[in-house]
Formats: sequence, structure tokens, C-alpha cells
Amino acid sequence: MNPLLQIDNLATVLHTGAAPVWAVDGLTLQILKGETFALLGESGCGKSMTALSIMRLLPEAGEIVSGSVRIGEEDLLLLPEAAMRNVRGRRISMIFQEPMLSLNPVMTVADQIGEVLRRHFNLSGAAAQERVLEILNQVGIPDAARRMNEYPFQFSGGMKQRMMIAMALAGEPELLIADEPTTALDVTIQAQVLDLMRGLQQRGGMAILLITHDLAVAAEMAHRVAVMYAGEIVETATRENFFSGPAHPYSQKLFASLPGKAMRKQGLRLAAIGGNVPALSREFVGCRFADRCDHAWELCHEIAPRWNVVAGGHQVRCHLFNKDTSPSVQDPELGSQRLEATVADSEGSMKSGSRTPLTSESGDSSPYLLSVTGLKVYFPIHKGLMKSITGYVKAVDGVSLTIGQGKTLALVGESGCGKTTAGKGILQLIPPSAGSVRYNGLELVGMERKRLRKMRAEFQLIFQDPYSSLNPRMRIVDIIEEGMDALSVGGRGEASHAGPHSAGKKGRVDTLLESVGLPPETKWRYPHEFSGGQRQRVAIARALAVSPRLIVCDEPTSALDVSVQAQILNLLKDLQSSLGLAYLFITHNISVVEYIADEVAVMYLGRIVEQGRVEEVLDHPRHPYTQALLSAVPVIDLASKRPIIHLHGDLPSPANPPSGCHFHPRCPHAMPICRERYPETSAFSSTHTARCYLYPQEQDSA
Amino acid sequence: MSFKPIILWTDALVYLLVIVIIAFVWYVRRNEYLLAPWRRVGHSASGMAALTVLTFFIAIGLLDTVHIRPAIENSNGSSGEKAYSVEVLSLLDIIATPLRTRVEKTYSAPFAAFLYTKETAELPDGRQIREFPRLQFGGAHLQNPETELAADVAWKAGVGGGLGLLLWGLVVVSLTGLLANRRDEKFLSAFSAIWRGSTQVPWNAICITLALLLLFCGAALALSGSYHIFGTDKVGQDVFYQSLKSIRTGLVIGTLTTLMMLPFALLLGITAGYFRGWVDDAIQYLYTTLSSIPSVLLIAATVLMMQVYIESRPELFDTIAARADLRLLFLCIILGVTSWTGLCRLLRGETLKLREMEYIQAAHAFGVSHWRIISRHILPNVMHIVLIATVMDFSGLVLAEAVLSYVGVGVDPSMISFGTMINAARLEMAREPMVWWALLAAFSFMFALVLSANLFADAVQNAFDPRARTLSAKAIILRRRRHEENPQAQSVSPTVEGSSKP
Repeated sequence: MNPLLQIDNLATVLHTGAAPVWAVDGLTLQILKGETFALLGESGCGKSMTALSIMRLLPEAGEIVSGSVRIGEEDLLLLPEAAMRNVRGRRISMIFQEPMLSLNPVMTVADQIGEVLRRHFNLSGAAAQERVLEILNQVGIPDAARRMNEYPFQFSGGMKQRMMIAMALAGEPELLIADEPTTALDVTIQAQVLDLMRGLQQRGGMAILLITHDLAVAAEMAHRVAVMYAGEIVETATRENFFSGPAHPYSQKLFASLPGKAMRKQGLRLAAIGGNVPALSREFVGCRFADRCDHAWELCHEIAPRWNVVAGGHQVRCHLFNKDTSPSVQDPELGSQRLEATVADSEGSMKSGSRTPLTSESGDSSPYLLSVTGLKVYFPIHKGLMKSITGYVKAVDGVSLTIGQGKTLALVGESGCGKTTAGKGILQLIPPSAGSVRYNGLELVGMERKRLRKMRAEFQLIFQDPYSSLNPRMRIVDIIEEGMDALSVGGRGEASHAGPHSAGKKGRVDTLLESVGLPPETKWRYPHEFSGGQRQRVAIARALAVSPRLIVCDEPTSALDVSVQAQILNLLKDLQSSLGLAYLFITHNISVVEYIADEVAVMYLGRIVEQGRVEEVLDHPRHPYTQALLSAVPVIDLASKRPIIHLHGDLPSPANPPSGCHFHPRCPHAMPICRERYPETSAFSSTHTARCYLYPQEQDSA
Repeated sequence: MSFKPIILWTDALVYLLVIVIIAFVWYVRRNEYLLAPWRRVGHSASGMAALTVLTFFIAIGLLDTVHIRPAIENSNGSSGEKAYSVEVLSLLDIIATPLRTRVEKTYSAPFAAFLYTKETAELPDGRQIREFPRLQFGGAHLQNPETELAADVAWKAGVGGGLGLLLWGLVVVSLTGLLANRRDEKFLSAFSAIWRGSTQVPWNAICITLALLLLFCGAALALSGSYHIFGTDKVGQDVFYQSLKSIRTGLVIGTLTTLMMLPFALLLGITAGYFRGWVDDAIQYLYTTLSSIPSVLLIAATVLMMQVYIESRPELFDTIAARADLRLLFLCIILGVTSWTGLCRLLRGETLKLREMEYIQAAHAFGVSHWRIISRHILPNVMHIVLIATVMDFSGLVLAEAVLSYVGVGVDPSMISFGTMINAARLEMAREPMVWWALLAAFSFMFALVLSANLFADAVQNAFDPRARTLSAKAIILRRRRHEENPQAQSVSPTVEGSSKP
């Protein structure tokens, strides 16, 4: 069968900084008609540059140095720019990561799709309108006839991504390039969009080049998979082969670094890949992964591996699979890889395993470290000339939760449900409108600023984006010392004036950096010299500097790659077991919750709908929303996949929540009573509760 | 002592500014991350060429800032006290004494040996004729101006230009030697590096600008000794001298106004953005109101009030210069008060963005005080905006001075400035025959000053703007690649071969 897209030896250079960056270096791949080809890899591997090279839409500084990109019989790299315009949108179209940024806000949706039709089919007027309507119906926009004349801001994120897909489909392309099409979306919306793409492909028979970092998304969508590392493809295989037995050490490591229930049950630490993706500006001799590979031997550092066949269609670029060069122990060694990791890490996990029950006992006997009851954070909506308050955005609307000493509570929910606001409300960074937050029995709400400042050392915060959470103008040592200075801790208690104190402080910075796995010399550097994972370590060190007992982690790993996420999760777990920290872990990533949390609270539109121990909630979800949320999470092991419960529509606005149960407009089990009153708590065990009319209500719950 | 140093108000502020700039440079040199964008400024050819021209202007301006009062002969010398002239002179005045003192009767064209107006002269035989009399100083050494003038001018210009080029050669040789020394290279290879433009700092652009500058300066200096190269004005003052004096006024207005404006803009802009709420409302109302009043009206009103105040209290000022200087200072203050709104708005917006940054929230979580957050977290992160805005504003302010002086609410009439020169030119242009040279001189000096300031501002903005970075980096790389085409090609081939296909 003739491939639809054939890329040979593509090399793309970015002229930034001092040395040219070889973003794509000798990439070869082919995509057949009607197949989904997933390009997997961490950030900085050159995935997006590959996509842009195919479209010839490289940034100003980019340049394709060599190779060929053939679609059908035509070599795209030889076409003049004018002819290229007939290819873009017609034969190949592209969906971008951020739907909010890829639609023009001042053009109606119909106009934007109409542009494609006018360019490629010379359609205009009524004919174009008709076709637009048809396409919008195809991508499942409800009430398309009316909504096609609306502007992008009138649509929600998921709808916008549908619009993007509709625009991409308008040219009836042979190949659709989807560059992380669902990364910016919530899981329930992601499930909708992935479903849509799958359906469209089955109907239209177009090929999809799916670029993603998410192994699970690839597992659900792809027919064939290629793993990209440092500008080149290191492994290609069919989905079945790849997910049943990844060959390249890098692919194996990626799998091992995924957090999840299984890893937790076995008490395993996540297999973090040491180091980072190498800078693509350097010259490579030998295998590019050799520096981070456990199996590397001299040959790997000297000669770049060629393609070796593992099985039919499953190829890998690794010396381990070359019959001529690999050591004789090849297979057993590979098989024992996971075992080795277990042995190597068992020490750490044993430590934590033995200590966790201890802390949990003490946690049970002592009152909760943090108990929140009826926390409400409302933001007033000002309208009119006099700025009178016309309503409230009920970001957090009566949240109650408790965290024991040394425990982890995960707060799960989609974006916009008020998780982050709840976290900040608890830390009194946003003044709560009502409710009480008791830390160790002390009421924090309404505490005067001075006393609160003294308390601040007890609870700290770690942020999502390690790039914006460190001041770029301060050195690491200043960043870490800031909190110690402000709260005058560090030499705690002792006369805080002269030399010995500051020496003690300096020593503390060193030990802190060591405890988060950074060499102490790094304290003289500025944040921009660090990678994302290292910055997150610095942020953790900053929070630890004041010896807190509770840390609110606001999506601390969602901006990081899987392998780096594993490093950070390991670090957080180690710190918890050695320092007895309690975490309030705010996240939307269910697999992280499975791995790290003791208890889970699921939030929907400012309220907690279900709460309980992690195995109770995740294994036996009761609330329809929790069920839908969990079913939407893509999983690698397709056998264990739950049937997706499709949620219609999007999260309603917290300024105007639906009456009764907030979830009823999207709920598949909605009853008349759901529209009238918010349900009371239903308890399933001493720890597991949900608020839903499907279950017997507790009348006396306050 | 034969003179008494005088520090006028603006002088003090200029000294302060120089100290601040030196301290800033010293601080920037110590911090790598601050130095990096300035390095990029240093790599911009147009920016560095503009800076070379600006340096000349600044040097003249600084020379004109050091003021003294020379001692005069004491006629009733018994008291033993030294008396000082009421005239305040600057170093520039003293250097340019010949220009300053050789005053003709009235207008004379550039390079003229005769006055521009006819006068009645009495011939030895008692007859009276009307003729263009010879100038007292301009071309006075010529026997027969009609025939000798052109040759003499050309000769003098040639000699002066030649001397200028000679000086340039010396500068280039010493520069090359310095570079070669620093980079441990042979003198010739350093020279060829400069010549080919492969140095990091575009020394070739700087050298070319310097060559042109020195050529013109040499010629102008050589000629100004015996001619009025830009002619003379109504009272016979040398226009070249006036143009030189105007430079300081322009620079002072451009820089001191910024100095006056910064506290307002920084304090109000950042507090508005940081505290929000009623503070923000109050500050917003303030600057919205201020910017809706026509600023010329506001300036005119204040300047007129100031003028009345100054004139009713002559005892406060012991020299005319002190009076003119105070008026200049007030003009700066008023311009500053009316022009802070733009920067304030920018800073408020940036602070609004910054205060939501997570490192600010982390600081809140540590209980860091508001003022400490503002000074340690916000201020350093808005400095690039302040820098770009002030450099961009500079040229606008120089032009504003010209406009205001033209309208009559600018600097003191006794103070020489581009504005007063242009104002005077209003009548001169209406004269028949027309007097054009004063306007031309003011125009070309101001044009050179503003153009080089704008080019430099562009370079600064490009260097500090993260979006513009890739383009310039690419240009540098392309330039380098062109030189190293061969090694590049060699490095490509093994990588391509190495990645062999299945």
C-alpha cells in the first residue's frame, strides 16, 4: 500500500541563541491512508517542529535543512510557496493545542470556516453557508444553524476545539495534523473531542498525525505509534505491539514513570528518568539517550544505533536489539528491568511503607491538622455606573474537608470548578466570604494580619507553573531566604542579629537544596538557568524553608513532562515520609491522585460532590459526576477501560449555577427532584460520602 | 582664584543624573541577567552608530553644564574682596570664547565676508554710498573676498577635515590595539575583524560614524576660526555658537523631565496596579483628569504664573543665568507633571499582570510586607518598561521644548535653545531677502540629536523586547554562517549519515 505521507530524513534547524538547534534531525516516517499515527515524546523532542515542517509553517528562525516530505507523489519541500497554499487546508490541515488562541476573536465562526471554502472550493454565499452548516453538524455543534453566526468568545473551550476541527475538516483534507489537540482541555471534554476525531476518521477515511505527550491518549487513538526523542524517532510499532511490550529503554522508562494505582499498590517509587532531554544544539555521538539510559554501555556512547527489528513492523533504534552487537544477556536483562527498579527503589518505599502506618495512627488519635467547614469564597460582580453589586461568582460554595497530620487529601475537579480558589481561601490568600478554617484548632478566618503572618510558616503553597512562580530577577538563595526573613525563621528562636544567625541561614539553604535534590552551588544562580523540574524543586525548597506542616500543592506537576512529574512526585512522597507533611493536593490528573492521595474530594462547581478514601472513591464512584469523570480518563490498558459516560455540554458558570443539584443539566440520571433542592449527604461508610438523590439521604446532616 | 564655581539648579540635577547613571552602570555590570540585554544593544549597528553621535552631543552638553563666574578687575580694589563677573560662563563658553565674543553688527550669511544688509558708508572723498560693509570678523583676513573666499574656505575645510581624519586614524589604531590586546590576537587580525564586521560589537559602524563626525567637526572647527559658518543672527551673534549652546537646553529638558516624571509614574502606577480597589480608582481618576486637560494650556498657565513670580522678585537671583535656569527647571517640572500619565498607565497595567504572578502570591503566603513585595518583586520586573519609555520619551521632550518656546511659554528668552532659535526664525523667514540659516542650523542640529536618540531608543527597545529577539539572533547567526559556511557543511554530513534509515 502506498503511504499517504512519506517523510524522509527530515532535518529542521532553529536559529536561536548561540548555536543552531537541530529540532528535527533525520526523521523518517510514513503514514498510510486512513490510519492514526501517534508521535509521542516529551516536550523539547521536536514533535511540534515536525508538524510545522510538514506544513512549512516554521517560525522565522526555523529552516528545513534537508530531507523530503512527500504527500502522494508531490514533494512539499520543492513546491513554491504559492502552490503550498493549495496544500495547506486542502490536503493537509492542522489543529493546534490552544483553541482559545487559534480562532480569530473578531470573525464569526461561519466566516472563519467560509474562508477555507472560498480558498479551496471557490464556494461563497448560500452554498458556502450550507456547507458550513453541514460541517458544524458533523462536528456535533448543537443548534448549528443559529450558532454559526456567533463569535468565538460565545463558545466554551470544548466547543472552540470543535470549531477548530470543523475548520480543519472544511477542506476535506487527506491528512489531519493534530498537535496536542486535547492538552488544554478537561478530561470529560477531552473524551468528547477524541471521540469526535475517531468518528470523523472512520467516516471520512482521512489519516491523522496525532502529536501528544500522553501515552494514554495515544493508546486510545492510534493505529501506529512512534516515539520521538531528542529530534529523532527511536521506536515505531503498531499500537498493540508498543503497548504490550515497549522495546526502547526510553519507552520503557516512560511507562514506568506513569503514576497510578498499580504503582501505589506495589509500593513502588516511580521510575524517574534522571536528567533532562539533552539540548538539541549539541553534537551527538552515539545514542542520544545513552546518558540517561540504565542499559547503556560503551558502544552506546560511541556509535549511534541503527534501526533494529523487534518484530514485524516494530522497529527500535537501540543497540540492545542488534543481534550482532548486543551483549548475550540481552533478553533476561530487559525482562528484569522492572524488577531491578523495584529492588533499587524498594529501600525508599520500605521506609515510607513502614512509616506511613505510624503517622496515620497518630493522625487518627490527634484531631485533624486542618479542618474546613462551609468555606465560601464569593467574588462580587459589579455592574453599572455606580458599580453596585448585582451578583456573586460563587467560586467556592460551602466546602468542608479535613486533613490529618501527614496525610494527603486530593481535591479533584475540572478547570473552573473552584479547586484553586478553595486552596487559596484555605491559606487566607483570598479572604473567604464565610465558613471556618481551623488549623490545629485555631480559627484562621478573620484572624488579624499580624497574627496570621506568624502562622504563615505553618502552611505553604506550591504552584502549578514553575516558570511564573519564581521571580526571574532574584537568585535562588534570595528566593529561598525571602520566606525565612519575612517570618524570621531559620535560626529559629535564637537572637537573630549577627553572624552565627546568618551563617545558620546559609547552612539551611544548603541543606534545603540538598533535600530537594539540587546541589548547593546552584543557590547563586538565577531561575532561568534551570529546567522546569528543577524550578519546581526550588519552589518546593522555598516552601519547605519555613518548616511548614501543611502544603497546598496546586497542580504541581501538570506543567511538567511525565518523567519529570515522576521525579517531583517521588520527592513529595519522600518529604512526606521524612517530615510528616500533610498535603492538600489540587489536581485534575486522576492517575496522580491514585498514586499519591490518601483521601479524595471531588469538586463540581464550587461544591464537593463526593468524598472518601482514595480506593473507595476511585474504585466505587457513587456520584454520577465522579463516574463520568473517571470513565473519561484515557487509559493505556484498553481491557480495563470503563465505558465512557458521555457528559453533554460544559461546566455551567459559577455566577449563575443551575437550581437544585448543580450537576443535573448534564446528569444522565437526573430526576425531577434534582432540579429543586441541592441533595443532602449520603454516607456509604464512615469515610465515604456523596451528595446525590440516587442514594438515601441523611436528613440530619448539617 | 580667578573664578568662582557656580552650581545652578539644573546643573545639580544633571550631576545627580550622571551619578545615578554611573551607579546604574556599575550595578548592571555586576548582574549578568541585567547585562545581557545591554549586550544586545551593543550588538546593534544602528544603535551604536547613534550612540556615537549622542556621545558627542552629551559631551558638549556636559561641557556646557560646568558653570563658573570669572573674576573681574576690581576697580575699587581696596576692599581686598574679589569681585566676580555677573556673567555666568560655562566651560563651553570659555572654549568657544572666539565664537562668543566675535559679534557682528547684524545678519550675515554663512561664510560671508560682508553684512547681509546695506549700510551707508562715507567715502574718503565725502560722498556717501550704500553698500554691504565688510564684516568685522568673518573673513576679515581676506584682502579681496570676492576672489579669494571660495579657495580659502575650501583650503581651510580641507585642512580641518584632514586633521579630523588624522585624529580618526589615531583613534582607530588605538582601538584596534586595545581589542587585539584584550582578545590576544595579532593587531592585523583584529583590524581585519573590525573591517569585516565580524566582531560582536559593530566596531565598523562606530568607526564609520566617527569618521564622518570627526571630518565634519574638524572642518567646522577650522572654518569657525575665521568665518561664521552658520552665519550670524539679528544682533550679530554667531549661529554656530547658538546651536552648540542649544544642545544643553535640549538635553536638560529631555533628561530632567524624565527624572521629574519617574517618581509620579512609578509610585502611582505601581500602587494603583498593586493595591487596586479605591487606590486604583483615585489614581485612575487623577490621571484621566490630567490627561484630558490640553497640556499646552496647563503648561502655559503655570509658566506664566512662574514668570510673574520671578519678575516680581528680582532679589532672589544674583545673575540672569540663575533666573533663566530656574525657569528651565520649572519647565522641566511642569512637563514632567503633565507627561507622567502615559508611563503610569503602562506601569499600572504591567503591575496588574504581575500581581497575579505566582511568585507574588508565594511572597504573600510568606507574609512578606506590601512595600517589600513592591520593591523586591514588582519594581525590578517593570524596570525594562521604564527604561524603554524614558528613552523613547526623550526625543519627544526635546521637540516639545521647541514647540513650547515657539509658542512663547518655553524657556527664558535669554536662554539659547532650539525653540528660541526657531521662534526668532519666524520673523527672519518673513524678511526680504530671507534669512534662512538660523532655522537651518537649528533644524539640522535638532534633527541629528533627535534622530540619533530615536535610533538608540529603537535599539534599546529591540534588545529588551523578548519577541524581537529571535530575529536579531537569526541575523547574527546568518552572518556568522556565511563566514563559516564550510565548517558548517562538514558538521552536517556526519549527522545525516549517522541517522541511517531502516
